[in-house]
Amino acid sequence: MSDIGFINPLFQWAVFLAAAVLSLFASIMMVTRRNPIHSALWLIVAFFSLAVIYLTLNAQFIAVAQVIVYAGAIMMLIIFVIMLIHLESAFVRRRKLSGAKVIGAFITVILFLEVAAAVLSNGCKTAKAATGAVLTGSVAEVGNSLYGKYLFPFEIASILLLIGIVGAVVLARRGKD
Amino acid sequence: MLHGIPTSFYFALSGALFTIGAIGVITRRNAIIVFMCIELMLNGVNLTFIAAGNMLNSIDGMIFVFFIMTVAAAEAAIGLAIFVLLFRLKGTVNVDEINLLKG
Repeated sequence: MSDIGFINPLFQWAVFLAAAVLSLFASIMMVTRRNPIHSALWLIVAFFSLAVIYLTLNAQFIAVAQVIVYAGAIMMLIIFVIMLIHLESAFVRRRKLSGAKVIGAFITVILFLEVAAAVLSNGCKTAKAATGAVLTGSVAEVGNSLYGKYLFPFEIASILLLIGIVGAVVLARRGKD
Repeated sequence: MLHGIPTSFYFALSGALFTIGAIGVITRRNAIIVFMCIELMLNGVNLTFIAAGNMLNSIDGMIFVFFIMTVAAAEAAIGLAIFVLLFRLKGTVNVDEINLLKG
């Protein structure tokens, strides 16, 4: 059902594998870089490759929103704050690898192995797509659902964004007076 | 012969992204990098929603991701304002040195 935009499944596999490897590599680089600006730039690469992966899943609207909201707005804010808070002293200091960090990372890897075991067991493989009209995830379909069935949550989300704007302004102004 | 990509591949990828983000949250001490790792974890969850919605032929996964993006944008605005305030107050954003609530 997911061959809408791709005639050749081989091409679909190539796009998926390239984007998946790039997103994993970029996120590993993001975690390990010492300079926060380098981390932010690698995270933008990861967000772009995730947008490509969304395209292979027929989610055009979400892919565009990913590029605009995450790679555009949120990363711009983060880079702005990194440049506002100059952190020269923070990454001159050598990072020490304490035991708590190693144990925490080990427990997180165990979490990943549990998730992978759950995914790769036969529970998910047997699930088949419903037959019938194939969704394309275009802006029209998402908009119909968003302004119809999900109108009330949509309005709640707009109030949440308003509270976010007001809260950011109030927090930023407090130091002045 | 060669079929489409199985959904479990997408689930495994999102699990790997979530794990990398969680390791970053645990091991890094810079609050802004911790924040970026949380964004990466949110993206892993988003990928799960999109993949499951595609598998079930439902648009609800995309609606969920839309709301998660809304919340992430509000969270970014508030969180980064808090980082700027913390830097003004303490002169650092190292999460080990921010222990104002310790008493």
